[in-house]
Amino acid sequence: MLINQFLVLGAVLFCIGVYGVIVRKNAVLVLMSIELILNSVNINLLAFDRLNGGNDGAVFALYIIAVAAAEVGVGLAMVLLIFRNRKTISLDDLSEMKG
Amino acid sequence: MLFASVTIASDIAVDIEVAQTVGFGIIAALMVAGALNVVLSKNVVHAALSLVMVMSGAAAQYLLLAAEFVAVTQVLIYVGSVMVLFLFGVMLTRAKLGKDTDLNNHNGWALGLPISLLLLGVMVYALIDGFDDTRISGSGAGTIGSSANVLLSDRIFSTYALPFWALSFVLLAAVIGAIVLARKD
Repeated sequence: MLINQFLVLGAVLFCIGVYGVIVRKNAVLVLMSIELILNSVNINLLAFDRLNGGNDGAVFALYIIAVAAAEVGVGLAMVLLIFRNRKTISLDDLSEMKG
Repeated sequence: MLFASVTIASDIAVDIEVAQTVGFGIIAALMVAGALNVVLSKNVVHAALSLVMVMSGAAAQYLLLAAEFVAVTQVLIYVGSVMVLFLFGVMLTRAKLGKDTDLNNHNGWALGLPISLLLLGVMVYALIDGFDDTRISGSGAGTIGSSANVLLSDRIFSTYALPFWALSFVLLAAVIGAIVLARKD
């Protein structure tokens, strides 16, 4: 197998995730796109791990999975809080920071 | 990707590991289709279920890369718990059942499409340029099976013990933070 198979797959998933983050307005869907990006990074790490023959990449991938789980938990708690206060999770409506 | 590997294989008569490459292609196609459905779907629940497909496909790719412990962790954490969290999020924010026309930014694709295509072009060019026909062996070389897991756990609890310890604090802070944020009173 070529290593580029895995790296290009990771690049494609990363770009789809970036597109989702830019285009989506619903906060839950933006969090889902961020998960796509994190998954593509994990594929890259494990491909390089296989290339170099160590297991550092697998350790990093496990840590990324743990941090991503924590991020989703806190992120969805924030989304629920916003929904409770404003009855919407549309990111366009959160514009108090605009001058 | 497939045609690249075929042309290289015809140049150099080495083993191209046909079964693994075909399996990779099928799983990769399913993953890309699922990912596109996540960002294009008009139905929030369909997007969440497509994300399950992408994550399961990623676990299969980890198996192809001989990282079975990470693959099992991926299935447990992502497909198991993160997706349940997402479905709870969809449920508690009262997403519309069926098609929802108010999920995307107005004319968001006009910004998102050029940026992501440019990013994709640059990254693919750099990857093809840098790792032209570098090979990894799908099986054989390296340690496989339980001895690989022994090495991995040794690594986590020796070299990377400090990050592991820090990670436990991150998870504790995340749990307390999520409870504080989501509490009613």
